[in-house]
Amino acid sequence: MAASVYLRRRIVNVVALVLSACATLLGLLFLAWILWTTLKSGLGAITPHLFTRITAYADQGGLSNAIVGSLIMDVMALLICAPIGVLAGTFLAEYANRTRLGATIRFLNDILLSAPSIVLGLFVYVIVVLPMSSLTHGSVSFSGLAGSVALALIGLPVIVRTTDEMLQLVPGTLREATLSLGIPQWKMTIQVLMRAATSGIVTGVLLALARLAGETAPLLFTAFGNNFMTVHPLDKMESLPVAIYQYTNDPSPDLHAIAWAGALLITLFVLALSLLTRMLFSRHKVRYD
Amino acid sequence: MSSIPATDVDQRSRRDARHDAWFRTLLKCCALLVLATLLGAALSTLWGGREVLFKGGFHFLTSDTWNPVTDDYGALAPIYGTLVTSLIALVLAVPVSFGIALFLTEIAPNWLRGPVATAIELLASIPSIIYGMWGLFVFVPFMANIEPALSDTLGKLPLVGKLFQGPPLGLGLLTAGIVLAVMILPFICSVMREVFQTVPVRLKESSYALGSTTWEVVWDIVLPYTRSAVIGGIFLGLGRALGETMAVTFVLGNAYDLSGSLLMPGTSISSSIANEFNEAVGTHRSALVALGFLLFVVTFIVLLIARLMLRRLSRKEGN
Repeated sequence: MAASVYLRRRIVNVVALVLSACATLLGLLFLAWILWTTLKSGLGAITPHLFTRITAYADQGGLSNAIVGSLIMDVMALLICAPIGVLAGTFLAEYANRTRLGATIRFLNDILLSAPSIVLGLFVYVIVVLPMSSLTHGSVSFSGLAGSVALALIGLPVIVRTTDEMLQLVPGTLREATLSLGIPQWKMTIQVLMRAATSGIVTGVLLALARLAGETAPLLFTAFGNNFMTVHPLDKMESLPVAIYQYTNDPSPDLHAIAWAGALLITLFVLALSLLTRMLFSRHKVRYD
Repeated sequence: MSSIPATDVDQRSRRDARHDAWFRTLLKCCALLVLATLLGAALSTLWGGREVLFKGGFHFLTSDTWNPVTDDYGALAPIYGTLVTSLIALVLAVPVSFGIALFLTEIAPNWLRGPVATAIELLASIPSIIYGMWGLFVFVPFMANIEPALSDTLGKLPLVGKLFQGPPLGLGLLTAGIVLAVMILPFICSVMREVFQTVPVRLKESSYALGSTTWEVVWDIVLPYTRSAVIGGIFLGLGRALGETMAVTFVLGNAYDLSGSLLMPGTSISSSIANEFNEAVGTHRSALVALGFLLFVVTFIVLLIARLMLRRLSRKEGN
């Protein structure tokens, strides 16, 4: 009797552990499957035209305007969200750490972190695209600028959160030592604390870049798309994800190939960024833990 | 020894205090922008969708017609698609994430933990459009091959059989649910893994000392201890699944049907918006913005629950 109970418990244990190993293999299998597909279909489609021709040539063309558009919008988005995010994160860590306002903002920032990006796109459509269109009587509507604002809203909570966490890791003795020298708090925050947390803050900005570089949904109705090369922020602007979206929706296999090449570029960029931040982050953790 | 005149010190500390106040206000404004974004997203979509949301009472929420020609819009089909695909994703992703978290915290040798955890987290950083492309070009044909087998086996079962009957299109609610499951798996898994590590070692060791197997320690000690955070992690995954756009848009089939079968094409809130927004004008566009409002409210509530549940464990930890 006792032996059979013991045997049953051991069998349950072994079955559970084997299933959990299988679950891990399944997860890794999907990662390998997706990466392998992207690599195989993407590498075959990379040609010089991809970087030199614009999307207006369709299946004879490339993605040069989409690459340039993506770069411009990503950089503009970072220029908008990095300063705001760093300052907001500093407020949470240094000025409102134990207050109710700070707790509320931190809580809502976490919600914004996983809010649906398509709704943020609609938000920017209503507050940027529509007003610009009525101000200029329709000559400016969808624009690269609106696209960057939408992307900035996606990167913002990432930067707020990492800045907040990184500043909290800075030892309190550093603050006490600085303040005891009679240095005002704003100077201490900028010249001592932020400097001590620089690598952490940079990690946050890179994480935000990795997050927003692959976003498609909010760009559809803010930057729209443009088959020609443009660098003007008030023009409609093409981006890699939107180009991929349009080409995937097209029945032509030639366009699918170009879409895969674009997908490979984005995936490599984003994966390289996340691995880089992981390395920065782990180095950083060692220093303060 | 000369002393600094008191008036100079006063002046200087007053100046410092003024600068501090300015700096503080600047920081506060930036932090309040986070609040403004959430509030603005809710209000602007409510405003943009008012024309449809408040027309005829609950018509928008209860009707399943979506007809741009007659300007008659009901959100039932997209809501149904969003809920069904997210539920499928949860049903599939929760046990798998639990298995992976268990493997990474209790079973795997130390040298294997870091690389496998990184690999699983890489799943989260792959852009959703890539999931969409892979879904459409690789996974849909794959599903089209195995769906006849599904209909022949699961489709014959009583009660649940009807869910698995239908033409083997490959596209549809089930396929979208599976792609979503792969997408949200790393989020649920990383929460589970993190909270499993917070369980005090002495609790686990006491249980082992009483003769528990690894599985019994995880099921009877680790899981009860971390229950609220695990539920929080699951809700976090649900929030992601509800709002996901690009991964499902390609594989759902974009059909405004309320079909009982999971193999039939459908639509979801986010894919309706992505597919139709740029062609829509007037009331149609307003209906899509109203859909966005619904999505925002639902995900906000789900994420709110998630964060509250996650906070309960960290309270217990004394943080």
